[in-house]
Amino acid sequence: MTAIDSHTSLSGVSSRAASTTRLLGRLRIGPILSVVFLLFLVVAVVDPSILTHYQPLAVDPAHSLEAPSVAHWFGTDQSGRDIFARVVYGASASLSIGVIATALGMAVAVILGVIGGLGGRFVDGVISRVLEILFAFPALLLALLFVTIFGASVTSLIISVGLGSAPGYARMVRGQVIAVKNAPYVEASYVLGHSRARILRQTILPNAMRPLLVLGTLGIGQSIVWASSLSFLGLGAAPPAPEWGAMLAAGRDFISSAWWGEFFPGAMIVLVTLATTSLGRYLARRLEGRGSEA
Amino acid sequence: MSAKAALTVSDLHVGFGAGSDYREVVKGVSFSLDPGECLAIVGESGSGKSVTARALIGLAGSGSRVAASTLELHGRDVREANDRTWRGIRGKDVGFVLQDALVSLDPLRPVGKEIVEALKLHRWGDAKSRHARVLELLEQVGVPEPQIRARQLPGELSGGLRQRALIASAIALDPGVLIADEPTTALDVTVQAQILELLEQTKARGKALLVISHDLAVVSRLADRVAVMNQGVIVEYGPTSEVLFNPRDSYTRRLLDAVPSTHSRRARLSGDASSSIAAGAKPVVTGKPIITAENLTKSYKGPDGVNRTVVKDVSFELGIGETLGVVGESGSGKTTVARLVLAVTAPDSGRVLVNGEDWSSIPEKLRRPSRRLITSVYQDPLSSFDPRWTVGRIITDALPAGEYPTPVARRARVDELLGLVGLGPEHLARRPLHLSGGQRQRVAIARALAPEPAVIVCDESVSALDVSIQAQVLDLLADIQQQLGVSYLFISHDLGVIHHVSDRILVMHNGRIVEQGPADEIFTSPRDPYTQQLLSSLPTLEKAHV
Repeated sequence: MTAIDSHTSLSGVSSRAASTTRLLGRLRIGPILSVVFLLFLVVAVVDPSILTHYQPLAVDPAHSLEAPSVAHWFGTDQSGRDIFARVVYGASASLSIGVIATALGMAVAVILGVIGGLGGRFVDGVISRVLEILFAFPALLLALLFVTIFGASVTSLIISVGLGSAPGYARMVRGQVIAVKNAPYVEASYVLGHSRARILRQTILPNAMRPLLVLGTLGIGQSIVWASSLSFLGLGAAPPAPEWGAMLAAGRDFISSAWWGEFFPGAMIVLVTLATTSLGRYLARRLEGRGSEA
Repeated sequence: MSAKAALTVSDLHVGFGAGSDYREVVKGVSFSLDPGECLAIVGESGSGKSVTARALIGLAGSGSRVAASTLELHGRDVREANDRTWRGIRGKDVGFVLQDALVSLDPLRPVGKEIVEALKLHRWGDAKSRHARVLELLEQVGVPEPQIRARQLPGELSGGLRQRALIASAIALDPGVLIADEPTTALDVTVQAQILELLEQTKARGKALLVISHDLAVVSRLADRVAVMNQGVIVEYGPTSEVLFNPRDSYTRRLLDAVPSTHSRRARLSGDASSSIAAGAKPVVTGKPIITAENLTKSYKGPDGVNRTVVKDVSFELGIGETLGVVGESGSGKTTVARLVLAVTAPDSGRVLVNGEDWSSIPEKLRRPSRRLITSVYQDPLSSFDPRWTVGRIITDALPAGEYPTPVARRARVDELLGLVGLGPEHLARRPLHLSGGQRQRVAIARALAPEPAVIVCDESVSALDVSIQAQVLDLLADIQQQLGVSYLFISHDLGVIHHVSDRILVMHNGRIVEQGPADEIFTSPRDPYTQQLLSSLPTLEKAHV
């Protein structure tokens, strides 16, 4: 205990340069690779033509089902479309589905969680029971349910995946709000005579949301997997559109003769999930580490 | 028992980190300990005393480097011992008692099982004999009804019983050496006295006892010899009476001077001990009280559904510029009184008046504008700050709305407040996490002063601080009272601190005020039997300083 005390107090005053080297020292290769990969995807989303001169929808029957080569890095599909181009252009669909769905899920979750956490016993009880019922279903099943209600399109895919993931986040937000609400610093703020609205806005919300950022990073990968799964089942993006899940579905018929039609879109899903998860875990560790210093 | 020393340490070094980050926290410590003897290592946090203790049982921690020219337990060299060897030694040859039994006992395991586990680990006896041994141990450490207690979870036991159970598990295998790291720090005085008694008995049975403590009074009662540690070095080492009553080292003297209650009241604790706080006498408290509590009663529903009355019929007055000390053991209702005064919770019956006007029963909307009159300084400043905020924002947030309309005016006031508590503008952008305990409490005081309150409620505000830091904070609070004329409702379990700061004292026991009166009167001629018991359990250094 004594050692830790003196350690932190001394490291606290160490120079900025020292803390930078320590930061680099603590960075693992995993998070670095993840950031590089995610940057590559961001380029693919912003301007895919930088990465490939092929068009994702350009049909070329003369070169159908060609194996990976110098001309076609990831090969071509049954209509002769360049798979690398489709993967690159598909990043935009898959990533935006992942990010928007996660954001939507978290927004719903924050509203439900805050109402539950701050509401009276009755309101909290109702919200908690509803969340528990939703929790009894796997999130993917919930998303499936919503897709059947809203119909198959990219928009409904986003809404479905977002709503499907909301219960998990909502439970966490509720717990956080309750924990923060009872924290001594909230009471300190109350004793100073701040209004409840101000305490909620300036103290409870920002502190309750902190762990949500980490969870959100982890959630993006999850959302992409779900969105791809739904597309694979034909419930999301329509077939010719370059979406990773839909590409997996289209390539399935040729898997014995042309593995590349399945492998590359699948690998992208795996990689993007790995990258966001590894980054999320890294952030979680960093935040936890900071918390435990106290 | 052999005639050999139970524990011999010479030139012990412990350091953490690697390369340029390497820092040594224990720098060449040497001592030895014979069976039936007690050595106390005294120092403040950061002195290296706990690390020293941990190094002796192979638990210095990950990334630590331990080196010594001698490190012998019962004549056995343990310098090269690996984890596996240490597991065999810990518990069997050396027992370890930690400060907070609630943390070091598994919350989901009955205390009896905990002790069984210690026996099992060293393959002691069979299930039946182990059970018998547990009951025998619990009885030995003075746990009443060991049959029932052994089946209870640590959370269901009182602090004193938990500490006893922990000691029982430490001595389960009858180790020759017992190391206790702050064994009584988290306990009330009367319980503390019992645990000290128990440790004394252990010593009398021929165990070698190594006690780590920041509390000189505790040490004076238990130890045969004392080692005073400062910044990783033993600065003074000798027989207890020599070190405490005739200290040679300047650091030891400073440490002794900083202990409240060894001084006449209202003297300075930090720095030059001879100069008194106020040049003249303190302004005599007259006129209308600022806070009046009338017959306050408050009960809470316990987890078992039974209503427990924690505050019963409590009445008192707090005058302008006065310090009213509230003393009592944990569970006596002190903190509930503070919460009632702060109007964080409402009384079941009775009321609180502020400046003669109703305070506790008016709606929150009417009370909010006047809340700035009563602010508060908590025991743990860190948890009372929003973890995301800087010092500057914490204090700015507490400024009364509207009075400092421009950022420049706010900044000027924050600077002024920081100056008042002895901090500077360089602390503005820091986060409390990166401040020391004393600095954090200074920030908390600056925040409490920001709305220009008439009353500051100090709930165990110095209890978590080292004596020398505690001395500085107590001096600061006295200076502030002198300058600004604020009243303090000062809550503490520490009789020395209460005596030092208070004009008048309330003694609370089981939710009631058992005695109230001027501080000196209560300390010199307590009338209530509980107050008498409380005062007699207090380990003191008075002999040394009269």
